[in-house]
Amino acid sequence: MKKVAFWPWLWVVLGGLYFLLPLYATLDFSLRAKRGVLGLTAYASVLHNPKFVQTFAFSLRMAVFTIVVSILLMVPTVYWVHLRVPRLRPMVEFVTLLPFVVPAIVHVFGLIKTYSQPPLVLVVSPALLVGAYVVLSFPYMYRAIDTGLRALDVRTLTEAAQSLGAGWGTILFRVILPNLRVALLSGAFLTFSIVMGELTLALYLAWPAFGPFMYQIGQNRAYEPAALAIISLALTWLSIGLIQLFGRGHAGQAQIAGAK
Amino acid sequence: MSQLVQVEAQTARMQVGRRGWDWSWLGVIPFFAFAVAFLIWPCFSLVLGSFQDPQGHWTLANIRDLGQPFILEAYWLSIRISLVTALVGGIFGFLLAYAVTQGGLPRFVRSGFLSFGGVASNFAGVPLALAFIATLGRTGLVTAVLKTVFGINIYDRGFNLYTFWGLSLTYLYFQFPLMLLIMAPALDGLKREWREAAENLGATSGEYWRYVALPILMPSILGTMVLLFGNAFGAQATAFALTGGSLNLTTILIGQQITGDVLHNPNLGYALALGMVVVMAVSIGLYTLLQRTTSKWLR
Repeated sequence: MKKVAFWPWLWVVLGGLYFLLPLYATLDFSLRAKRGVLGLTAYASVLHNPKFVQTFAFSLRMAVFTIVVSILLMVPTVYWVHLRVPRLRPMVEFVTLLPFVVPAIVHVFGLIKTYSQPPLVLVVSPALLVGAYVVLSFPYMYRAIDTGLRALDVRTLTEAAQSLGAGWGTILFRVILPNLRVALLSGAFLTFSIVMGELTLALYLAWPAFGPFMYQIGQNRAYEPAALAIISLALTWLSIGLIQLFGRGHAGQAQIAGAK
Repeated sequence: MSQLVQVEAQTARMQVGRRGWDWSWLGVIPFFAFAVAFLIWPCFSLVLGSFQDPQGHWTLANIRDLGQPFILEAYWLSIRISLVTALVGGIFGFLLAYAVTQGGLPRFVRSGFLSFGGVASNFAGVPLALAFIATLGRTGLVTAVLKTVFGINIYDRGFNLYTFWGLSLTYLYFQFPLMLLIMAPALDGLKREWREAAENLGATSGEYWRYVALPILMPSILGTMVLLFGNAFGAQATAFALTGGSLNLTTILIGQQITGDVLHNPNLGYALALGMVVVMAVSIGLYTLLQRTTSKWLR
């Protein structure tokens, strides 16, 4: 009964080609470091570069700090908004969306202007980078936690815990947090993949992070950049694949990213 | 005794938090303080700085100086590239969203494209630039295949990845997946009854789209295109990694101002940033407004 859908197939094939061709080309390119044979030479060269290990470890540390701070900040806030001050929800939501309004380059410009002169000279401290990354994670973390809390009966859980004598700390860490595991994982993975590849903030704040390293290699080498792009893409895939595995359903919404 | 009861009642009221003056809003202070410290105040200080001269006196000179030709050129280039990628990405993303939701294709096509869109719309920055260099750079795969198999040297024919069209092509990689991700749910929201009603009244498929579906979706389509515009306008990492500094985009110019004070006036740099935020705020505001118009129908 269905007629053969010509136009839809055409768009899908064109879209698929456009999606896949750069990925295939990059993969192919990354395997051709030795003339005439396909091999992992470029990957070996990247992995043996001491700077790769250093910058990767640095970005990894930044990502972990960012995720921890972001969770510690956002969970109590969103919980509190749900429980006590729902009227502040639009304001909180608005603030979490601000990182989409402020381009990264403007963001870092403002940070440098504010924190490179007394009274607060923070540009020499990685705390500033983590703080900025936490702000970048707001939209993803907020949505993840908000969706997670909506699925819970926050008030009943809280009252049940209180009537058993729990204080706020116990409620947050032993009642709310465990119930939000899945939601937090999706927020955390997304934050992880953003921090790992971030260029602008790390570059202008002059930190030896993975993004600037990729950029450097991209300027000086031929095949290694392709290998790096594949590694970085694999990280993104892994994060987003894990999100979809853990949090079926609402992941699609949280994935919409800002400009880079 | 009665005082104790009163205190208890008050405590209960505070805990329920519904009536009277309560202090529960204090609980969100850490969040707002954090946002102010790491985002709002730094950006606000740029705004202040753009209305001051280097000595700290108030002035509008910086805003006026934005009218210099090379600054206008930077804005204009950013605007053109954002317009082109928003239009092309928007139209193509919509067609793709239409194909995977309404096109009668197998389900795996749909879920595959939506997952892929999620990745691709996040796949911006350095890795994207590197991927396009491997694809369409001077020694890229597609360039080489076109040369050896079809005998077409695109670089002889005026194509260059490191110019306007090359960068646009690269931006499209994260632009149209974003359109796809936002439009697919909207297209899903079109009610079957509308189509049936239109067909019962004798409408052809084309007429249904022209008079029913597109008018409902139009605000959402336009709104999302505006969002794409802002998305491209604020992008810096991709352009920087692809072209170094050779394309005079607003974001690149701000980057050069940060590292080398190319404008020879820090406050003019702040004004440049202010201009960007204004454009972004307007485009995201418009998006929200237009999206609301459509969502009234699609509930």
